[in-house]
Amino acid sequence: MAESLDQVFVNLKHWLVALLPPGNLQSWASLIISVAAILVVFATLFAITTVLERKGLGRIQNRYGPNRVGPFGFLQFVADGIKSLIKEDLVPRAADKVVHFLAPIAMLVPLALTLAVLPCGRNMAALELDAGLLYFFAVGAGAELAVFMAGWSSRNKYSLFGAMRAIAQMVSYEVPLILSAVTVIMLVGSLSPVKIVEAQQTYHGWLPDWFVFTPWGLAGFLLFIIAATAESNRSPFDLPEGESEIIAGYFIEYSGFKFAIFFMAEYFGMFAAGGMAATLFLGGYAAPAAWLGFIPSWAWFFAKMMGFIFFLIWLRGTLPRLRQDQLMNFAWKFMLPMALINIVAAAMWHFMPPGLPRWLVCSAFVVGPYLLLGRGLFGQQKLGKRVYRYAD
Amino acid sequence: MTSLAGYLVLSAMLFAIGLAGALTRRNAIIVLIGIELMLNAANLNFIAFWRFSEHPEALTGIMFVIFSIGVAAAEAAVGLALIIAIYRHYKTTNVDEVNSLKG
Amino acid sequence: MTLPFLIVAALTIAAAVAAMTLRNLVHCSLALVGAFVGLAAAYLQLDAQFVGFAQVLVYVGAVAILIVFAVLLTRGGEAPAGTVFSSSWKWGALVAAVVFGLLAWAIKNSFASDRRPTPQVEATVKQIGEALMTKFVLPLEVIGLLLTAALIGAVIIAMRDEAKSK
Repeated sequence: MAESLDQVFVNLKHWLVALLPPGNLQSWASLIISVAAILVVFATLFAITTVLERKGLGRIQNRYGPNRVGPFGFLQFVADGIKSLIKEDLVPRAADKVVHFLAPIAMLVPLALTLAVLPCGRNMAALELDAGLLYFFAVGAGAELAVFMAGWSSRNKYSLFGAMRAIAQMVSYEVPLILSAVTVIMLVGSLSPVKIVEAQQTYHGWLPDWFVFTPWGLAGFLLFIIAATAESNRSPFDLPEGESEIIAGYFIEYSGFKFAIFFMAEYFGMFAAGGMAATLFLGGYAAPAAWLGFIPSWAWFFAKMMGFIFFLIWLRGTLPRLRQDQLMNFAWKFMLPMALINIVAAAMWHFMPPGLPRWLVCSAFVVGPYLLLGRGLFGQQKLGKRVYRYAD
Repeated sequence: MTSLAGYLVLSAMLFAIGLAGALTRRNAIIVLIGIELMLNAANLNFIAFWRFSEHPEALTGIMFVIFSIGVAAAEAAVGLALIIAIYRHYKTTNVDEVNSLKG
Repeated sequence: MTLPFLIVAALTIAAAVAAMTLRNLVHCSLALVGAFVGLAAAYLQLDAQFVGFAQVLVYVGAVAILIVFAVLLTRGGEAPAGTVFSSSWKWGALVAAVVFGLLAWAIKNSFASDRRPTPQVEATVKQIGEALMTKFVLPLEVIGLLLTAALIGAVIIAMRDEAKSK
């Protein structure tokens, strides 16, 4: 029973494909069904996430979010969609028309392509590539060029500033992102997300074998989610698109549906990052305990991904924005050395025999440099006691 | 599968286009873009020959291309840094005007 | 000449020609990105998956952004006023045509036209990694050194000289 619920979508796809005559038509149909399923599921998730974000942010800021459209405001995305479709599409007269038009598409397509390799459930990865993780990072890097296209084609100073900052940020945080994934690749011995998830399916007593429950895995997981937050230009790294700083940065000259496409692309990037964090460190579609296996694997994957999204919404509502130089310092001076040291810690974990000494040595190897770097780099800023000055 | 000649002709065309651009354009950055196109054409040649070779498990073509991509990236970085330094001095990126050492 | 190859080849060549002939520098860089992606598609057709994805990651994700930054730092954002081709462009085009003619003639007269593809080709990442660590470990270390030297050199060359520029 649990098995058939787990594989219900896979069986549905096989049944649909078997309706057609065998041959070329079947492989095309299989492809189209996978692509349509990914797009429909993630577009729906995007719609729901926009409402969740606005209501979540509202509650964090001690107010209601949208609560007029539909029950408790959950049909707000319909209103947003209609609004963005019927809004006038303004293109500045001096803008570069072709590049201005292509930029939203150039942003959406790479980030939607990254969703193809995520193993959404047992046997449910749409594309089982041997170099799947390399594909994920390569295609994600294509989104940076779209940011530049958007910023430059608007012929607007602030737009260009925002785009340059965004590219500098995305390029800087790509390095710790990939390096923290390298630790997992090293220990599993494969670049394929399907194999990485399969390596985390076993249980040791009551604790699952997820990589996040090891010292280097925890450090890698934290580095990965911080770098992924910066890659998606989300708060607290959203200086390139902050509304109070630079009037929405490279989005300025976009209105209506193009803005909605940018928005969707950004959320797809968040889903991809959350899905990849779940795959690499949180065991993908594995349940946290063996007796919870009756809940289908795809439910666990999406639960972990939505947990990551909730964490991002929480961060956005809580932390103040980082300044550009603070951002870059953090990436190059703190995260890059930590990621490199993490690789050494993971290698030591692999070569030492299992037991308590391995835990102690690896934890020391991870926590020691963290304290040293933290104190060394950021302890020099002397923050005095808060001084209140009142107008007389 | 397309024959080896198809890939080689594509590679030759890309090389010729890159060469034409590197020899005829005025801006130094476009010259560098032409050079990158030529390097890419050579990479395509290597991969095509590797695919059609008798011992593909030796992976020689792939290894060459991996190192070639790395070297090309390093060369692009240094070349662009040089162009920026030249611009700062001559206030132009026109290759015809950077001729103080001439004659 | 299968259809996917023809489509990829046509797009790549169109992008390369656009990269070499457009007036606006930023348009040239974006067309170059199109050529890179077309080449990555060609690598994927040739069963070299690792190289294809590495091409996208390095060239589209890094080199293209470098080129775009350099264009903006040298004030190339606007299309230049006069001609974009240098005064001796005829000779350059002639040389390129001669080179292409020679290469095409060499290809036609070689064994390339009737070479059949090897049936089972598998270049998994595991094999590439093993080869990099055993047979090709010296080039790997040398390229690490080269990239470090290039990184430091590029930063020093492009760094603003605070003392000299008054």
